[in-house]
Amino acid sequence: MQPFTYATADDPRDATRLAAGDAGARYLAGGTTLVDLMKLHVEQPTQLIDINALPLADVTELSDGTMRVGAMVRNSDLAHNETIRARYPVLSQALLAGASGQLRNMATTGGNLLQRTRCFYFRDTAMPCNKREPGSGCSAIDGRNRGHAILGTSDACIATHPSDMAVALVALEARVRILGPNRERVIPLAELHRVPDDHPEIETTLEQGELITAVEIPPLPFAVRSLYLKVRDRASFAFALASAAVALDVQDGIIRDARIALGGVATKPWRSPEAEDALRGGSAGMESYRAAAEAALAGAKPRRDNGFKMELARRTLVRALTRLEAGGTGR
Amino acid sequence: MTTPHVDPVGGIVGTPINRVDGALKVTGRAMYSEFPLDNLAHGVMVQSTVAKGTIVQTDTSAASRVPGVITILTTDNAPKLESLQKYEHEQGAAAYGTGAGRPTGRTLSLLQNKHVHYNGQPIALVIAESFEAATQAAALVRVTYRQEKPAVDFDAALASAYPYPAKIFGHEPPATRRGDLEAGLAAAEVRIDRVYTTPLETHNPMEMHATIAAWDGDRVTLWDSTQNVYGVRGVIAKALSIAEDHVRVISHFIGGAFGGKGSPWSHVVLAVMAAREVGRPVKIALTRRQMFGPVGGRPHTVQQVTLGAKRDGTLTALRHDATASTSAMDEWLETCVLATRMLYECPNQATSHNIVRLNLGTPTYMRAPGEATGLFALESALDELAYELDMDPIALRLKNYADADPETGKPWSSKSLRECYSLGAKHFGWARRNPKPRSMEDGEQLVGWGMATATYPARRMPASAVACIYPDARVVIKAASHDLGTGTYTVLTQLAADAIGVSIDAIEVQLGDTNLPRNPLSAGSMTVGSTGSAVHLAATAAREQLVQLAVTDPESRLHGTKHDDVRIRNGCLTVVGHPERNESIQELLARHAGQPIEGQGESRPGDETQQYAMHSFGAVFAEVRVDRDLGTVRVSRIVGTYAAGRVLNPKTARSQMLGGITFGLGMALMEHTLTDHRNGRYLNADLAEYHIPVHADIPSIEVHFVDERDDHVNPIGAKGIGEIPMTGVAPAIANAVYHATGVRIRDLPITLDKLLQG
Repeated sequence: MQPFTYATADDPRDATRLAAGDAGARYLAGGTTLVDLMKLHVEQPTQLIDINALPLADVTELSDGTMRVGAMVRNSDLAHNETIRARYPVLSQALLAGASGQLRNMATTGGNLLQRTRCFYFRDTAMPCNKREPGSGCSAIDGRNRGHAILGTSDACIATHPSDMAVALVALEARVRILGPNRERVIPLAELHRVPDDHPEIETTLEQGELITAVEIPPLPFAVRSLYLKVRDRASFAFALASAAVALDVQDGIIRDARIALGGVATKPWRSPEAEDALRGGSAGMESYRAAAEAALAGAKPRRDNGFKMELARRTLVRALTRLEAGGTGR
Repeated sequence: MTTPHVDPVGGIVGTPINRVDGALKVTGRAMYSEFPLDNLAHGVMVQSTVAKGTIVQTDTSAASRVPGVITILTTDNAPKLESLQKYEHEQGAAAYGTGAGRPTGRTLSLLQNKHVHYNGQPIALVIAESFEAATQAAALVRVTYRQEKPAVDFDAALASAYPYPAKIFGHEPPATRRGDLEAGLAAAEVRIDRVYTTPLETHNPMEMHATIAAWDGDRVTLWDSTQNVYGVRGVIAKALSIAEDHVRVISHFIGGAFGGKGSPWSHVVLAVMAAREVGRPVKIALTRRQMFGPVGGRPHTVQQVTLGAKRDGTLTALRHDATASTSAMDEWLETCVLATRMLYECPNQATSHNIVRLNLGTPTYMRAPGEATGLFALESALDELAYELDMDPIALRLKNYADADPETGKPWSSKSLRECYSLGAKHFGWARRNPKPRSMEDGEQLVGWGMATATYPARRMPASAVACIYPDARVVIKAASHDLGTGTYTVLTQLAADAIGVSIDAIEVQLGDTNLPRNPLSAGSMTVGSTGSAVHLAATAAREQLVQLAVTDPESRLHGTKHDDVRIRNGCLTVVGHPERNESIQELLARHAGQPIEGQGESRPGDETQQYAMHSFGAVFAEVRVDRDLGTVRVSRIVGTYAAGRVLNPKTARSQMLGGITFGLGMALMEHTLTDHRNGRYLNADLAEYHIPVHADIPSIEVHFVDERDDHVNPIGAKGIGEIPMTGVAPAIANAVYHATGVRIRDLPITLDKLLQG
């Protein structure tokens, strides 16, 4: 770890003022990614701004039924929130599928959105990595890439976005409330993360000093029937090899609407409008689900070790939809 | 020679008492290698970032400016160790080898030359006032190399494999032949010829390696997390050319070791060198990432197994050739085929061990080294043969049951494997198994049942102990063995309590200090057989002295009694049949000038090794659930039955079996140290990515011990249980996966991608 200054903020505006204009500043929330990467010298902030005291730890319902989740709401608390469990089971299940109990108790809603990839090469400063050191090359493309992405990749980066929570939230069309040094703005979560293209070092559309203050989940009545299915190498405490967040609005056997997002296979939380289109208007059943799975993976690009993810992701999505139809959960 | 069996006078041996060190551990008072010392400096190793080459320059200018840095040892300025310089001068190119004769045993990275042999090799050491400052500075050391093309891809390097050139453990031949293999194969009606592979694995005990070295004049004390205090002492003394009795090594508690702490690695010697350089105590505590490479692990193996059999299952030929990776520094061998030589009756057999050099860290003993990997291949192949023969896998094994050691013809000191099979089958419900693959399902899951044999040798080494009985009737047992978390303190307490006739509360066991009597490393399932025997003998000797005192002391109520008529219970001596003729140990010793009684115990392997073959045996039964679409494998049930001689403490023994079986489950489904195939970088070097089973992966595990008496193996009749639970689990699970899915995975770990593509 390299030396850094440490400041605490108890007001969001103070926090953004501390960070304004300081490219070496990082907000410290749960610390479950940042501190880890600082120990590996991957993150070398010169200033840490501890935001744990910010009054952003509440889950509130707005007048239109939107659920506003403060950025500092811990993953455990959000997962067990009664309203979230009832209205958005996909989100609760995604949160509980992530990390371990100890980590979920620390990790926050805002921090989870910004967690960094688990790519081995990103995490090892001795190896070239375009994300960590722009222009140095991607070690993963011809390296060990069993866990890497097949969707949203580029020739510069194939690192997987590791979040489970964000996959559920992107399916729910969540919005992100962002406070900057000069303004406050709200953007769709789908516009927060970038695919790597030629600049994998730029992972989000956040500007220097901006702070996520809340995530807002609009009402989605049919999400009461939703689930998150995660496939991984062990029963718990493992990142997804493939996951699916699904919600279906089925009436009289016809799929009127669908929300589909994939995790573990893409460079960002991966909403699949192609799969949703394939489902919408079709009859609920295996044929539609398989068509959706084909559509979701149509643009995927496998590499040396991760070709299995093509079929695994398809089957994961089909299984998630089948289970949802049967009234099951992702757990 | 038949050694006497322990007389269970006090009845404490064999009972499930709690760990005597449990309270210390759960209240945080047990001191691991974290001894608080004044003026302690912290060392952090700088590691190479290339796998092969020569260091051209080590630039410490930026690192030296970090506040708190005391000094940085590099290949330019590190003190030269005369012992190593002399050895390398004498040996020249022949320095590559098994390490016999080298002052440090295996090759250590002690900054004596500029060669880099693997990625992650220690190449400098920063010593600073704090761990943080040393860590920061270590990241700022800039090293340039003249690189060479490394050999880091096991498959690509296989063409360079060669036969292991030395005897194994100094006496076992690396390759064997018995009978006429070709004739046996020609006579076979069914033949199986398969290749099995196992990956690199890393020990990953909870407690990372850590050492503190503190000099006092020309004497040095080490607090080290080690399974082998005397071994560390010997290496330090030889490497630094100082007298052994000027080195003291302490290791009171160890937070897991699994073979990885069986002999010292580079950081231990570096800490001693650094402490001398800076004139202060120096601590080196490795990070989790540093556990991958510089401190050993299990090597890659590729194993070819050929079986020939008659239609009735009788084996006519058995061939097992193993090739394992070693490093570019040392010839270390994973002894995969030893179990194959003794496990089944087969007249025609050939086995061999081969090694291939890679630019990776030197492997070492890890959790049933050889047996765990070798039995994966052999027991998988037997399952394949059983399917070819349409025969029950237990019946196939019974058909080829070895009633004596097939390699030497020696009788077993004890063997209850038949009982293990039948007891395990009964508890598991094996009789209900339909052998047809994909014949059982549970919703989305395919269910499969598999079994395999487990075995591990019952070895021991010379060990010594002292039992002191003080006038207040307190008993102190001294032996420089170790408790790796397995329960050594507890079972030695039980042995001593029974041997003397006192309660366990009266006993304090002291371990892990070279000021105590010499003991072997705690490894290879030898601790109970070696140290346990010595403690039993020491405590028995102390008891004899007590009795002698009593019967010859005219003031004693036991005066004049025959030795054999004296009984000691709860610290009270009594004449058998005359309860009124009694005396407590305190009363007796009060008349002897407050002098303690001191019994010595020396135990060493005797004629029994010439007369008997000695092994523990077991049978493992596993039930798996494999998702029919997704390929995820979860183990839902394991039953392990073991015959390991006397069980000293059913509670700690059961815990050890549960832990070992869990290791086996991890080996089957998860453990895999990933290295980059281009530069040998260790990639998944943390516990988030290096998977071991978490609670949710660990199913119902049932452990049963077969009652077994072994009067030959050692004075206490216990055959050792440290390693056997790791053996047999991976093949039992692999066999169950085949039964569930019809897909045979011959490459560990069994992950869903292999099943999806299978």
